Amino acid sequence: MASLVSHPDEVRVISKRFGQGATDIDRYLQLDGYKAVQKALAMKPDDLINEVKNSGLRGRGGAGFSAGMKWSFVPKQSAKPKYVLCNGDESEPGTCKDRLIFEHDPHSIIEGVMIASLAVGAHTGYIYIRGEYRYLSVIMQKAIKDAYAKGFLGKNIFGSGYDLDIHWHGGAGAYEVGEESALMESLEGKRGIPRIRPPFPAVVGLWGGPTVINNAETLAAVPHIILGGGDWYAKLGSPRNGGTRLFCLAGHLNQPGVYELPMGYNLKKMIYEVGGGIPNGRSLKAVVPGGSSTPVLLPEEIDVAMDFDSVAKAGSMLGSGGVTVLDDTTCIVKFALRTMKFYQHESCGWCIPCREGTDWLKKTLTRFHAGAGVKKDIDNIYYLAENMLGKTFCPLGDAAAMPTMAFVKKFRKEFEDHLDGKPCPFEKVAEPALV
Amino acid sequence: MKFSEEFEARFTEMLTHYPTRRSALVPTLLYAQDETGALTDEVIAELARRLELTELEVRNVISYYSMLTTKPRGKYNVQVCTNIACMLRGGEELLDHCKKKLGIGHKGTTQDGLFSLEEVECIGACSWAPAIQVNYDYHENLTNAKMDQILDEYKKKGTQ
Repeated sequence: MASLVSHPDEVRVISKRFGQGATDIDRYLQLDGYKAVQKALAMKPDDLINEVKNSGLRGRGGAGFSAGMKWSFVPKQSAKPKYVLCNGDESEPGTCKDRLIFEHDPHSIIEGVMIASLAVGAHTGYIYIRGEYRYLSVIMQKAIKDAYAKGFLGKNIFGSGYDLDIHWHGGAGAYEVGEESALMESLEGKRGIPRIRPPFPAVVGLWGGPTVINNAETLAAVPHIILGGGDWYAKLGSPRNGGTRLFCLAGHLNQPGVYELPMGYNLKKMIYEVGGGIPNGRSLKAVVPGGSSTPVLLPEEIDVAMDFDSVAKAGSMLGSGGVTVLDDTTCIVKFALRTMKFYQHESCGWCIPCREGTDWLKKTLTRFHAGAGVKKDIDNIYYLAENMLGKTFCPLGDAAAMPTMAFVKKFRKEFEDHLDGKPCPFEKVAEPALV
Repeated sequence: MKFSEEFEARFTEMLTHYPTRRSALVPTLLYAQDETGALTDEVIAELARRLELTELEVRNVISYYSMLTTKPRGKYNVQVCTNIACMLRGGEELLDHCKKKLGIGHKGTTQDGLFSLEEVECIGACSWAPAIQVNYDYHENLTNAKMDQILDEYKKKGTQ
């Protein structure tokens, strides 16, 4: 079980019930549980969508797309059944927030799926949890069962005449499945290969039916928005970036942990005050602000508001909320190599730029880090990454390309320091070449 | 092919959750593997039959997911994360330590069949790094000393 932290600057909305025993349905009910869905049952679907639109809630999986807008794309009439799918395949390196919601407040996710279903007119929802999170699947399966036992799920929920089923579904180890179209393939019992879009899932999704896919944290925010109102939620954050967010502080920090902070919270403050600064008297070298796929920021670039628009303006992405901090003992070439090794491992192999690009980049970076690189490799690394960008079915190619390009652009000198057989300046003993 | 009652109950219920039988495949494979240790030819044939798939279709899915295996692992599968957040806090050193201590490499199994070792990608414990999973159990904020203690405990548990 992951340990909890706290900081006075936190604004607890999603994490309000953490550590309160809310996995127990009766305790959840005491803590305002299932009130939002009852309120939602009395509202019109369009009003639900508008409330979420007004809240400024944007996709917490990383893309930052307006949740209300996404819901509004689902056609009102559909010959095929509509579905709501909760994405709990959390696996972006640096990210460990959904895990806490599943562990401490599973019913809030169920309630979020219920409200999303009411908004789009779906009668079936799925909560997909990655295979590694087995203990969370146990918690979720029990939570769903308890909700059925109380009559909150199934036929005629809360006596409203509305039928709604929600089921758990589990993965078996694949980063790629966190991508929405691959997620649907996985749920249909196939390899997690992305689908070409358009058509988008909102129109043609699971088994061909219109499907809303939201991240677990996004859905967990929904009941709070319906109870507190969209305006209230919007005001917690910064303009066009409603609410709060679970930030996962990791890496070289004195107090790493998952903290719930308002959208737009300053990154520098997040590192030095909330995260307690850099340990061992070292200094900051770089920050990966939103999971491993987001371009690295330099110390002079971190005076930035952590919301989708401000981080984009600073040349990176808010992404999944995983803030990874690197001190000055970190070798960027090695860090770039480890990042690429991950994407190479996870590439599904469906499109050539990603399959070949990640493999080639891993090999080049491995050789380079071992001191067997030549000068033109540096431009080659950048060129290879650039040629993956925007050329793949799903964003995995981009996710591998974007950080790599930023590492080369911002740390070219460090790449050059590895040239001419020089051992890595950060390693005690140079590694032998692996290629 | 015999699975536990719990497996059968879950399987029967899961089939009612989807419009197609095939949809139950991925979680079912993992639950089956938990009981049999590996997705052997027999298990594959059985699940293919139950889900009205060809064995090839099942194998095709198995090869995609990193947790699924057709070869048996040790009783305790030690999965060490070395992805970025763990790497920064000593994940690679921890993996090296495990290799030495267990005398096996990545995806190796000890001769007594008690432990296997695996270097894995992000397991979602970034804020509590470095971290490992032994089968499904998380162990976090680790040092070499804590690692020794954990391995010793599993060894004791496994040889009792």
